[in-house]
Parts: sequence; structure tokens; C-alpha cells
Amino acid sequence: MLTYALRRTLISIPIIILATFLLFAIISVSGDPLQDLRQQPNITEEQIDNVRQSRGLDDPVAVQYLRWVENIPEGGFGEYLLAPRPIWPDIQRVLGNTMQLVIAAEILAFVIAVFLGVMSAKRQYSVFDYTTTTISFIGYSFPSFLFALFLQVAVVQIFVRTGVRIFPIGNLSSANPGTGLAFVLDRIWHLILPIASLAIFSVASYSRYMRASMLEVIHSDYVRTARAKGLPERTITTRHAMRNALIPTLTVAALSFGTLLGGTIIIETVFGLDGMGRYFFQQLGRRDPYPLMAWLTIVAVVIVAFNLIADLLYGYLDPRIRYD
Amino acid sequence: MTEPGHRPQDPQPPQDDEERVSVPQALPEGPDLLAEEALPSDVVEVAARSQWQIFRRKFLRHKLAMGSLFFLVLVVLAAFNAERIAPYAYDEINVVRASTPPTFADAHFFGTDQLGRDYFSRVLFGTQTSLRVAGVVAVLSTLIGTVLGAIAGYYRGWIDSVLMRLTDLVIIVPAIAVLLLAATFFGQGDPLRIAVILALLLWTSLARIVRGVFLSLREKEYVQAARAAGAGDMRIMFRHMLPNTIGPIVVNMTLVLAAAIIIEATLSFLGIGVNPPTPALGVLINDGRSSMQTLWWLTIMPGVALVTIALCINFVGDGLRDALDPTQQEG
Repeated sequence: MLTYALRRTLISIPIIILATFLLFAIISVSGDPLQDLRQQPNITEEQIDNVRQSRGLDDPVAVQYLRWVENIPEGGFGEYLLAPRPIWPDIQRVLGNTMQLVIAAEILAFVIAVFLGVMSAKRQYSVFDYTTTTISFIGYSFPSFLFALFLQVAVVQIFVRTGVRIFPIGNLSSANPGTGLAFVLDRIWHLILPIASLAIFSVASYSRYMRASMLEVIHSDYVRTARAKGLPERTITTRHAMRNALIPTLTVAALSFGTLLGGTIIIETVFGLDGMGRYFFQQLGRRDPYPLMAWLTIVAVVIVAFNLIADLLYGYLDPRIRYD
Repeated sequence: MTEPGHRPQDPQPPQDDEERVSVPQALPEGPDLLAEEALPSDVVEVAARSQWQIFRRKFLRHKLAMGSLFFLVLVVLAAFNAERIAPYAYDEINVVRASTPPTFADAHFFGTDQLGRDYFSRVLFGTQTSLRVAGVVAVLSTLIGTVLGAIAGYYRGWIDSVLMRLTDLVIIVPAIAVLLLAATFFGQGDPLRIAVILALLLWTSLARIVRGVFLSLREKEYVQAARAAGAGDMRIMFRHMLPNTIGPIVVNMTLVLAAAIIIEATLSFLGIGVNPPTPALGVLINDGRSSMQTLWWLTIMPGVALVTIALCINFVGDGLRDALDPTQQEG
């Protein structure tokens, strides 16, 4: 099992290398990264040449890329192209914030989706089932940025009309967040709308998978046996059927973790949260290849880690699965 | 955020076999019906027509899909005749009527913005841009995905390997990040460029589906029979096998259409899609955002239009899938 997980992880290394190289090549091909610098009036041609030489921007793309890779073990992810500041501390800060958002959204989406999926499978073709199906269709058709905006509009309109501020529509914390429990509660209060916007698509997607796999399981022989034994319905659902039905949904959830991380680009930009997503979007605007590549590498590593966790969870949930 | 490749249907539970052979998500048994009578050409025609009749009857009975299709046709007609239908030009400024909430007076159904521009007209023109982009994306990505998927499934070989590695890449790198990168560096705010970029990034899920179907079809007797009769590879692939793949392709096309509308709106909203003077739904939503505290309709109206169109396309896709699924009983 461990070797299996290890192999899966090893396979992803060349993919990460390929992805970062492609990104680097695209950015290099698409134009001059110093373009913005040139337009600033107080920058002389000499200074630009200095940057160009010290960073080796005239070298072939492959050489530049290799230099970047070599530098990772000791220098973190190096410095920004135009500012002598290390990239790694920034990434560390935003990564922590984003993980709070993404993990909360993932867990929330998973729990809601499992509940919806199980309930609509148990009552197939009922009003509840049709309602959930329709809602999941809406979830698929609702761009997350728009959902976030609608939530903001609603909250703002309520504030304008009643003077009650239900939720903040931006930032990670209040001006004076306090410490300890107060800080945590304040953070949760700020994150509720972003989490909801991020989770809606996942709820729609996971609940369809959960419903499908639950339908398959509850019509299987061993569930009928459990019912014939006279077990209470609740036990059959939770202990017998759900345990097996969870497995495919869990895979989907783990594989969709990257989608969720990608979704933070939009959600964090809309809500103005200091996280990975907004960081990516800001650096994209600056066309600085180095932080973008650092971002891509970190995100890929996080996604691989989550797939690994899902693989390990598998073995726990379903002892029938053999890894060899 | 809707990612390409996610489909709002009852999915098959994912399988974790080593090869990661894509199970065709729609129509797994579809081709068999035709397969039996594939050789004499007149028989094929009769069979194909009856298939078509079954499909038509099933689809016409799907009320939600029919209603959505009817609505979509109206929207498309209205959007592409925006020049004639719209009560105002999309950039017509009328300061006297600035910041009017939605009203029937003077046909400001969706209200006006700070400059008095009529938002109903702007949404009509914006829908036109968005539909045009999405249409190009759907056609182009379907072409690429079908051809590459067919080649990968039929010949296997290096194209197949590349396709499967791309699948791995999609899992590890968030698709939206790639889209944003490509749009920022190559898009330059031009609708057609954006459409081509989206098409070049959205074909992979269809290619995997077509590949899966082709993998199973290439072992069928009628393919062997065609080969024995001396048919060339191209003829076997595109005359014999492709018609049996048409169901998943059509369904996937609707999904790409919906995804493209949503992604284009997201890009335009973030300022790296269609550039502002051209109205697109995402651009309009972004315009309304700055004044969302007072002029809420500037965000809500184009937003509702966007969601309604995407939802209707998904409903039509759902109806198509049901109608094309031979395992489902009629009735």
C-alpha cells in the first residue's frame, strides 16, 4: 500500500516539472517581462540592462529554467523579478489563509453533498430528489464569482435597508480581531460567504456522485441481507450502505481539490482575501514569472498531497482494495 | 466555477484501474444497437432513421428540456437580432434617465446605469458576444476533441500516451489557472482570440470520452468486417465508428457550450476576457460591481441572464442525454 502511494506520488514529479517548464516557456515567449519597467519614467536603460544581466534573461529558456530549479533547495523560490524581496515568505502567509478557506469549503461541501446524495437516493423520484437535482443543476450553471457577487449584493442591500451587518463582504479579519477564541470566531465570520461561494459548485458535483453510488449500493444483495436480518434502517444506511457508497465520492472530492484551489483565484479576488488565489491573480497582472512558478509548484504539491491522503483513506474505508 | 469536463449527470463511479481507461460517461451501450446491422448499407439507413425517431420522441417528451430549448431559441434569435430588437444602442448615453431601476417606462426593463445607458439593450448585445464566443468554442473544441480522441482510441500509440499524460496534468494543475494565464498572455481582449484559447484548452474531456468509446468499438465485429471488406482506416473511423459516438459528442458539446459561457464571463469579469467597449455579460457584471450598493440591478440583471442561459443549456443537454440513452425505457 505504501509502495503504491509512493509510486503515485513519484509519477506526479515529472508532471510538476513539465507544468512549470511549460509555464516558464509560455511567459518567456509571450513577451518582455520588463515591459512595465520600461514605461516608468525614472528608470534608465542601464538599470534595465542590469536587471536583464543579473537575472540572465537573455539566456535560452531551458537554461533559465534549470537555474530556477537549481535554486529551489537553498534559495526557496528566489526573489521577485523587479524587487529584491524573497518570494517564499509571501507564499507562506497566503498559503495558510487559503488552506483555511479551502479545507473548510471542502469539508462543508462534502458533508452537505453526502447528506443530500444519501437522502435523494433513499427517496428516489420523490419531491426531495427532484428538488436536489434541480438545485445541483443550478449549482453547475452558477459561476462562482457571480454567486459571490449576489451574496455581496444581498448582504449590502440588507445593510442599507435595516442597518444590520450580517456578514462582512471582504477581508480576512476585522480591524481589531482580538486574540484566541475571539480571533477564530471573527475569522469564521469573515470566511462564511467565501466558503459558501467556493463550496456551491462542489456541493452540486459531489452530491450527484453520492446519489449515483448510493443508488447502486442500496440495491445490492448485502444491503438486502442486512434488511432481512431485521437491522434498523438507520444502521443499514449509515453502517452498511454509506460506508461503501462514500468511496467513489471521496475519490471525486480528492481529485477535485485542485478545482477548489483554482476557485480561490476568483473568490479571493472578489472578496479581497489575502490568499493564494488573489496572490496568483496579482502576480499575473505583474507578469512576473518567478512567483507564478512558485505558486504553481506549491499548488501542485498540495494537490498531490491531498490525492495521497485520499488514497490512504481508501484503504481504511474499503479493506477489499489491494494495492500491489 | 464550472470547470470543463464536469458534467451535471449521474456519473459512473470513478474507477481506479491502472490504465485509467475512460469509461464513456454517456451512452455506454449505445453503439450496439446499430452495430448488428452495419454492413449492408440500406439496412443501416433504416436502422438509423428509427434510432432518430426514438430519439426525437423521447426528447420531445422531456418537458424541461423542450421548454429550455424553446427559451434558448428565443434568446439566440433576440441576441443575434439585437440591432433591430434592442430599444436603444448599447452605448447610447442619456444622462436624464441615469440610474433608473428596472421599469416598463421607456422600455428600461433592466434599468439604466449612471450614464443612462439602457441595460436591457446592453444585456442583449452582451449576450450576443457571449453566445458568439461560446459557439466558436463549442464547435472548435468538439472538432479537436473528436479527431484526437478518435485517433488516440483507434491507433493508441504516442497520441494516446500524450492524451493520458494531459489527463494527469489536468488533475495536478488547476484548469482555471491555466485559462487565466493563457488569456492574460495571449488573449488581448479580443473575443475571437479568447474563443480560440478556450477551445484549445477545453477539448480534452471530449477527447477522453471519444477515445473510450473508440477503444471498445475497435474490437467490434462490424469494424473487423469493414476492415476485411478493405475499408481504409479513415473510412472505418469516420464512416463506421464515428456515427456510433455521436451521442456522447452531442451531449458533451452542450456541456462545453455552458462551460464556455461561464468561463468567458469569469475572464471578462476579471478583466482579462473581452475588453470593455465590447459588451459581454461578464463585462457588464464587472461594470455594475462598483455601484452594487445602490444600483443593484446592474449586477443582478446581466447575472441572471447569464445563469438562465447556462441553466437552459444544461437542461437541454440533460434531455439529450436521456433521449440518446438506449438503456432507458421509453415512457
